[in-house]
Amino acid sequence: MASGNSEPRRALTATAVKVLIAGGFGVGKTTMVGSVSEVAPLRTEEVITTASEGVDDLSGVEQKTTTTVALDFGRITINPDLILYLFGTPGQDRFWFMWDELAEGALGAVVLADTRRLESCFAAVDFFERRGLPFIVGVNCFDGAYRYGTEEVRAALDLDPDVPLLLCDARERESTKQVLTILMEHVMKHSDLAAAGY
Amino acid sequence: MSGRHESWFDDEAGPLVRSYAVTGGRTRSDTLGLDLITLVVAMRTAREVAAIEPEYARILSLCQKPTSVAEVAARVDLPLPVVKVLLSDLIEQNLVLFRTAAPPTEAPNKHVLQAVLDGIRKL
Repeated sequence: MASGNSEPRRALTATAVKVLIAGGFGVGKTTMVGSVSEVAPLRTEEVITTASEGVDDLSGVEQKTTTTVALDFGRITINPDLILYLFGTPGQDRFWFMWDELAEGALGAVVLADTRRLESCFAAVDFFERRGLPFIVGVNCFDGAYRYGTEEVRAALDLDPDVPLLLCDARERESTKQVLTILMEHVMKHSDLAAAGY
Repeated sequence: MSGRHESWFDDEAGPLVRSYAVTGGRTRSDTLGLDLITLVVAMRTAREVAAIEPEYARILSLCQKPTSVAEVAARVDLPLPVVKVLLSDLIEQNLVLFRTAAPPTEAPNKHVLQAVLDGIRKL
């Protein structure tokens, strides 16, 4: 059917994809996003309403609590038809409920680890393993932080041998590029294996 | 969208109250399935639309090029649920087009993965 609209119609042919940057609070997720994003990291607020638990329901009125979760993200325009978004996951454990929505449709994830408190990224590793989302581990080398060898970190995290792990500096664009390159190579390998039925 | 629309609230009400007042108290827009990286693009400029509320006008001006829902929300500085409702209104009025990302059940397209990898290498 011909449109009576004489203006040139705009087409929306572009596609957006996303990658997650996960890890504990203050590990450098937003720094990593900012090191490669073409815009300064953006922040948006998701508002989640959940039924509260452990509240005596005397009135018959449903008790609900509302939580606001801030999400930081950046953008890389791969080409005019393909935009990559990098989303930092909320660092605090109490925002776990956001992770499912974030992981939905994600290509893969980087788990950023800080060797001074390695335990803060256990939860992220478990989450992506259970979900079957391809991920790699980047050990963020902070100034003055004691540097463990990659094999020590791998053993401490009990990583599968095929999960790539590398040292990185979240502040450095080249380092983050390397991390994302290794992630995408891993994602493609994962996708080939899935296609072959493994 | 015709006729004069007087807002009952003022600046004293604060930004959050205002943002939900703008949606008429609506917080759900599940029917369209807009998510964080759903892309939206304006079909018109705000100037081409008569008697448009300022929030709608701002959104139209922000998505003159394909932009994600999350990015629109960040730039208008309103919570995501509010922006999803406002975008749904604009989509229903054919002022904005949207395109959802591939369904999560679908395996990522190999060409897309390769394009992302090549794009990162070229950064």
